[in-house]
Amino acid sequence: MAAARRSPLLLSLTVLVTVFTVAPMLLSVTAGLVGNYSTGLRSGLTLRWLGEVWEGYGDTVWRSLLLAACCVAGTLLAGVPCAYAMARSRSRAMRLFEELITLPVAVPGLATALALILAYGQLRGFRGSFAFILVGHLVFTLPFMVRTVAAAFARPELRALEEAARSLGASFTQRFLGVLVPAVMPSIVAGSLMVFTLSVGEFNLTWMLHTPLTRTLPVGLADSYASMRLEIGSAYTLVFFIVILPVLWGLQWLGTLFERRHGRHE
Amino acid sequence: MSRRLLALCLAPAAALFFAFWLLPMAWLVALPAGKGWATYVAVLTSARYATSLANTVLLSLAVTAATLVLGAAVGLYLARTPFRGRRALLSVLSLPLSFPGVIVGFFMILLGGRQGAVAQAAEALTGERVTFAYGLTGLFLAYLYFSLPRAIASYTAAAQAMDLQLEEAARSLGASRWRILRDVWVPALTPTTVACGAIVFATAMGAFGTAFTLASKFEVLPITIYNEFTNYANFALAASLSIALGLMTWLVLFLARRLGGPAMGAGA
Repeated sequence: MAAARRSPLLLSLTVLVTVFTVAPMLLSVTAGLVGNYSTGLRSGLTLRWLGEVWEGYGDTVWRSLLLAACCVAGTLLAGVPCAYAMARSRSRAMRLFEELITLPVAVPGLATALALILAYGQLRGFRGSFAFILVGHLVFTLPFMVRTVAAAFARPELRALEEAARSLGASFTQRFLGVLVPAVMPSIVAGSLMVFTLSVGEFNLTWMLHTPLTRTLPVGLADSYASMRLEIGSAYTLVFFIVILPVLWGLQWLGTLFERRHGRHE
Repeated sequence: MSRRLLALCLAPAAALFFAFWLLPMAWLVALPAGKGWATYVAVLTSARYATSLANTVLLSLAVTAATLVLGAAVGLYLARTPFRGRRALLSVLSLPLSFPGVIVGFFMILLGGRQGAVAQAAEALTGERVTFAYGLTGLFLAYLYFSLPRAIASYTAAAQAMDLQLEEAARSLGASRWRILRDVWVPALTPTTVACGAIVFATAMGAFGTAFTLASKFEVLPITIYNEFTNYANFALAASLSIALGLMTWLVLFLARRLGGPAMGAGA
């Protein structure tokens, strides 16, 4: 313990990294609230830029939140049963399947997006819709949900619990929804939080998959950085913080709540 | 568990994956063949693409090295120095994990762009504007920005789990601080270094949003792929370059997982 406290090198590096991390955030928040960026705080504080962002890009906020919510719902429906199957069967085919569905995470989003456009770009209705972005986000986030929840399903005490429920005559649905799912709830919440965060911030896939009518928050951000004045870009970044961070903290809080009630997740 | 039940549980995930990843990807992998087999190795044979690849690999290696050193230093400090507000500091330092890559790019513009804080400070001090956002330095700092939180979180967790008795024993036996670093800290943190290093490297290789926002003069492979696809409509080449990039990032993550530790990254 004392060794670290006596180390001025570690302390100064920690201070340096903290300044490097925090300074741009503060800079961006201030730049979004001042009247004129080049004169700085002397030009006074204003909500004008936030208003302009809300007018021009307000729809992207709702779309991103909806997209992330759909993504969580989709990965729950497809991912939780899949995680259960993976935890109960360790055959070679299952390992291969697990390796396969993790590929969209290992391969850059740009490649996945290109593949989706090549395969489905001709289906105009689908290509231009919200669903096109959603399927991209789903395949990218699914492995995070599956891995987090599968680790929880694999715990030995859960197998015993399931055996007990079965011997008492509970059907599969009763066992799954009544016993197993509540027992792994902390991991499900943790997985949902991960999926939500990834979906809300996803850009690499989304930039290729979006159309002018299906812009998401990160897509709108990139657009404003490229074409608007610095104050608007900064105000828009502030909108991202204001909208997204409370949602993330809320989900985190929910996770701790479940953990306290049901014990830790893996 | 019966086979039927197993299949039923897997069906939704499998359908989603096959329809919207495996099938399109097979299409992508087959596409360059239409332009001749040489298209697959264009990333190595064409000087332009080879330069872009070399740029990307060198930048990612440099970012990984810097991230691991700084992340380990901060992680060790935070894990071993009790002070008020340590948890709060750790969560502030983890905040950038949820930022899209484009925001990180914008942060660099605010710091080192034409109207950036550094440019203004330098002008006030020396009368000359200093900009670094749009070149290699800006890209390096931006990649460092989004990589550090993951390394700090991993190293803090690993250092908290470290066996302090080993270190006490080494010290009481008269080991120097350098030997403690080499023989106690480094081996204990190696799994973290391997897993975290692989994720940071793979993320840096595939990072698109940050470089896109900075419109960097230093061209990296994801930008090359994007340009081939959007500006030149050269789909076969874009596909070939994506396959090369995907193979590299997958291989690095796969090897790290083989060596131990769960390695799973996310885009930036």
